[in-house]
Amino acid sequence: MKSLLNVMIALAIAVATTDVTVAQIADASHTTASSDEVFQEFGGKVGISKVIDDFLGIWAADPRISARLKDADVERLGFLLKEQITQLTGGPAVYSGRDMKSAHQGMGLRNADFNALAEDLQTAMEKNGVPTRAQNKLLSRLAPMEHDIVTK
Amino acid sequence: MKLTQLSVMTTAILLIACSAAAYADDAVVTTPSYAPDMGKLLATGGVSNVEGSAGGGITPWAVIAGYGSRDSYGGNVHYTYLGTQDFKLDTFGVAVGILDRVELSAAKQTFSATSGPLNGLNINQDIYGIKVKVAGDAVYDQDSWMPQIAIGAEYKRNTGLSGLLNAPVTALGAKKTTGTDYYVSATKIFLDQSLLANVTIRETEANQMGLLGFGGDLHDNYRAEFEGSLAYLINKHWVAGVEYREKPHNLSVDNEAAYYDAFVAWFPCKNMSVTLAYANLGSIVAPVTGNNDKQSGAYLSLQAGF
Repeated sequence: MKSLLNVMIALAIAVATTDVTVAQIADASHTTASSDEVFQEFGGKVGISKVIDDFLGIWAADPRISARLKDADVERLGFLLKEQITQLTGGPAVYSGRDMKSAHQGMGLRNADFNALAEDLQTAMEKNGVPTRAQNKLLSRLAPMEHDIVTK
Repeated sequence: MKLTQLSVMTTAILLIACSAAAYADDAVVTTPSYAPDMGKLLATGGVSNVEGSAGGGITPWAVIAGYGSRDSYGGNVHYTYLGTQDFKLDTFGVAVGILDRVELSAAKQTFSATSGPLNGLNINQDIYGIKVKVAGDAVYDQDSWMPQIAIGAEYKRNTGLSGLLNAPVTALGAKKTTGTDYYVSATKIFLDQSLLANVTIRETEANQMGLLGFGGDLHDNYRAEFEGSLAYLINKHWVAGVEYREKPHNLSVDNEAAYYDAFVAWFPCKNMSVTLAYANLGSIVAPVTGNNDKQSGAYLSLQAGF
């Protein structure tokens, strides 16, 4: 019992310490989000456009998830993705599509599908020489969408 | 020279294994659903720690072994070599991850004295581990402070001394030959900062992880110990970091101290990883080895799996 208490106390301390760190990091990310630093690291509108075009090509050739693209309006999807990525990187655009939840409702997407897509995006970003830190900043803003996109 | 040849060979084998796996991926569409999906992102299963569970090198993390997503399963095998001035530790292990929720692991450790008066002495230990993810997600919860949290237990059975001397580990002063560690791990990936942090609190009565048995003349009860890792995600394939592991001090004959290391891990693909580290294990039975200084040296771990 005493040992369990020790664990609880230690955990409480750990969580308390973590909270401080998280608060600082949340602060830092807030500062980044308000600037267009990541957008610039992607090469602005032209860079993002190339990343998304490559991404759609890589996706279409990915046997794990290519079937998901078959009935899609790829041109419109590309347009919306460019808007969304521009906005998420702090660039001058406002995503005009549906929210993530209703856009993916009924698709029955699995966690592995979401990750496959993330990997294809990483491949596209690498192909276009986007620095790892900028890649991770974008991925950190896409990651929480998993909860809305994956329904199965 | 031998080391160079070894590293060239290892690299060649890894790259062949990675390309063979990529080729096999082409068949994924027709693969039945009970096949492993390898659906987790690269490196998110961690590497294999010296006690067999997924984590860093010397401490478990809250991540689940292998690349199976929450709808599948994964697993891996590993070998780890750790060499210091007077000792070496060889670990073979296997771990299975189920539904990205439960992890089962088994590891066999052989600790050997390689110089000094103990030269030729071996101590063997078997470790069986279970870990369950209980809350949070290290990857997706980027919009909250919530880390991924797992609880785990490691049953350790020290099978005794051999070589120079055949005896149970209690001959060195330990009170018991078996023990169970209980731990809570919290892992958080700060993708925005390309950082990973882990905190583990372990309840243990093990001496030098159990290699010198459990309990001793100074203490014979459970103690809570802190373990921590901080890593930088250099890119998709490379992670570098530092680790710390606080330890109890139960035996008067062994001035046991904290372990720490600095590591670089390479993930060429989901089937393979290599971890290279400099590890410092502090003092190990210094009065016997006559080496009062720290025991430190190279750590190399190879992992293969899915």
